[in-house]
Amino acid sequence: MDGSATRAQARPVEDEEVKSVRQQIKAIAEQGDSLYVDRVRVYPKQVSGRFRALKWRALGLLLVVYYLLPWIRWDRGPNAPDQAVLIDMTNRRGYFFFIEIWPQEVFYLTGLLILAAVGLFLVTSLAGRVWCGYACPQTVWTDLFMWVERRIEGDRNARIKLDKAPWTGAKWAKKIAKHAAWLAIAFATGGAWIMYFVDAPTVASNFFTGRADYYTYFFVGLFTATTYLLAGWAREQVCTYMCPWPRFQSAMFDEDTLIVTYQKSRGEPRGKAAKGAVGKEGTGDCVDCGQCVAVCPMGIDIRDGNQLECIGCALCIDACRPVMAKLGRAPDLIGYDTERRIAARAKGEPLRYRILRPRTLLYGLIFAAVGLAMVAVLATRSDADINVLHDRNPLFVSLSNGSVRNGYTVKILNKERTERIFRLEFKGIAGATMRVVGLVETASWIELRADPDTVTTYQIYVSTDRANVRAERTDVSFVLTDITNLDTATRSTWFYGPKP
Amino acid sequence: MPTKTEKELYQGKPTTGHEWDGIRELDTPLPKWWVYVLYASIAWAVVYFILYPSVPWFTGYFKGVLGWNSRAEVAEKIDEAKRGQSRYLDRIKTQSADEIRREPDLLNFALAGGKAAFADNCAPCHGAGGAGTKGFPSLADDLWIWGGKLADIEHTVRFGIRSGHEKARSSQMPAYGTDGALKPDQIGDVAEYVLSLTGRSADKAAAERGAKIFAEEDKCISCHGKDGVGKADLGAPPLNTRIFLYGGSKAEIVRQVTKPQHGVMPAWADRLDDETIKMLTLYVHALGGGK
Repeated sequence: MDGSATRAQARPVEDEEVKSVRQQIKAIAEQGDSLYVDRVRVYPKQVSGRFRALKWRALGLLLVVYYLLPWIRWDRGPNAPDQAVLIDMTNRRGYFFFIEIWPQEVFYLTGLLILAAVGLFLVTSLAGRVWCGYACPQTVWTDLFMWVERRIEGDRNARIKLDKAPWTGAKWAKKIAKHAAWLAIAFATGGAWIMYFVDAPTVASNFFTGRADYYTYFFVGLFTATTYLLAGWAREQVCTYMCPWPRFQSAMFDEDTLIVTYQKSRGEPRGKAAKGAVGKEGTGDCVDCGQCVAVCPMGIDIRDGNQLECIGCALCIDACRPVMAKLGRAPDLIGYDTERRIAARAKGEPLRYRILRPRTLLYGLIFAAVGLAMVAVLATRSDADINVLHDRNPLFVSLSNGSVRNGYTVKILNKERTERIFRLEFKGIAGATMRVVGLVETASWIELRADPDTVTTYQIYVSTDRANVRAERTDVSFVLTDITNLDTATRSTWFYGPKP
Repeated sequence: MPTKTEKELYQGKPTTGHEWDGIRELDTPLPKWWVYVLYASIAWAVVYFILYPSVPWFTGYFKGVLGWNSRAEVAEKIDEAKRGQSRYLDRIKTQSADEIRREPDLLNFALAGGKAAFADNCAPCHGAGGAGTKGFPSLADDLWIWGGKLADIEHTVRFGIRSGHEKARSSQMPAYGTDGALKPDQIGDVAEYVLSLTGRSADKAAAERGAKIFAEEDKCISCHGKDGVGKADLGAPPLNTRIFLYGGSKAEIVRQVTKPQHGVMPAWADRLDDETIKMLTLYVHALGGGK
């Protein structure tokens, strides 16, 4: 035991608080045998410290990004939206700064989702539930709502008292103020959401002048309601009962994963910190002051061990640290720790934290591979593409002069905002000529016009003398070349013919 | 389920008593609000049950207070689609196929409509995509027995071939073999000559004999023309190409000269409306062989 805390001057916390925490713990324990339980209301106490500061910073950054991103402009030239981040459902385009995505390139989104998932796995296997504790929207908005609540109704004890108090005018005023503030934030949140799908300045002015369409009002209403309900009312219930991630994130955990944990071996048995003494012989470092429970937004007791409900927000670490400091005891009775370190500490072995482990290496490799592939695909992305569909019925047609004809539907994707002229060539069979009904009768290559920013479709017939068709199926290809900048796109297909 | 539940070791929470390889199932109670959501869903179901068709019965079903049903909804959607089509159909009705072809949006609509009508009415004989088969001519190639211009195709579709309609296209090739006009070895010679027109003849002497018969005044040449180039206005197909409706082998040609088959196509004017026939015409013309 640490013997330096001999002169702890006072009981570190008020009796009232210890009492309320005891009641909370008892209430949780007592409802164990019933089929349905009342929600035990959580009144998280304000706390300050290293991790709280980190969480405020993360919250600020994430909210700024969320609210301001749709307002950033990005010039793409005429006839194109100038919003940097925009998912344009009506015109089926996705914009992200210099990247423009067409529906047929939706695999970028798949890649992004894979990156997000594997990134989450990697971070989770390294540092536990940092996503839940710091970055999840549920956590961020709940934190924001709790901050508002504290400004209006006061801290934990004041709120408990207020909720128990009879409905006076002052109580009404506080409650109305709180819900009004919540609804205002929820409205701003719902309003910002739709700006990712339509031009932000336009929809903002339309919204307030009543000119926006029905869907805009519906979705703003929907996201306002869900934000208000989830961050104001449901809070920890979302993480415990609704979210699937807490249920399977433990699959990414191993004995080297950081978890917020209580050093049972050091803290137990718990005992009151007696005035002027470290406590009776045989008591541990935990003085059972209840601070860790009082600040917990999930309403749990971290000293019960790692739990499904724990979102790893680390506020209990901040709560315990000043108590240990005041008593002159070693810090981090509650802290980030790993199972391997806990076991090593119990055996008196040196403490190690391994970052490079099979699972982190594997997640890292997958992340790097997918990331590199995405970068490569993006870097080589062409502004023109060609798709070719061979006519399926009939596969080929014998013509009166004995030649064989195949039909193809050729689609030219012009991703530029100006009309372009392409030269189309057919390769793979000698003497083949192309015909575009109504445009070109016979030619060994043809020039085709592609409309701006869309797909232009041509029906193309390719004919050749029967003698040139050496097999029932020949590999051939169409080559598309921009006649001005010589961009090329190639698509391979087949040429069918009768049995030779 | 065991009646007495065991407590779990660390937090004293109740378990269901189920255990798999040392892992015990916690019996965590549901939050009450969750149960209320269930009750609300049940209440919603009851309302739904009353408003919409629900209880089946031997002779029918309860139709719901709102009187909604999915068939009426489909019928409404179809009517709506028809109303949407009318702006095209009205124009197709008043314009000729040639005029329609010059208007890209109208042509687009006509091709789509023609494709659907083709699959419903024409594909059974001519095949999907108009590939044709023996006895049923291909509509995708460049050989047209009765002409491949829009007006020719429209006439054929409208009145048919040997359909009994007074304006039907009709041709009758004599049965040279069964009528006794030609002897079997003469027919063989004619067939050999026809083969030689496409460069496939094996017997030069027979082909030369056949050429003489072919060119006799009341024989093949009168309809199929000199060198077998064919006459579309008579419905006489060219014989100098690789395309033979009833097969291009010598035996098949001999059989056709001896006792010809004559295919029949119905007159679609009796079955389809004017707009559909025009759309079909444009679609067939666009299959690849239209002149």
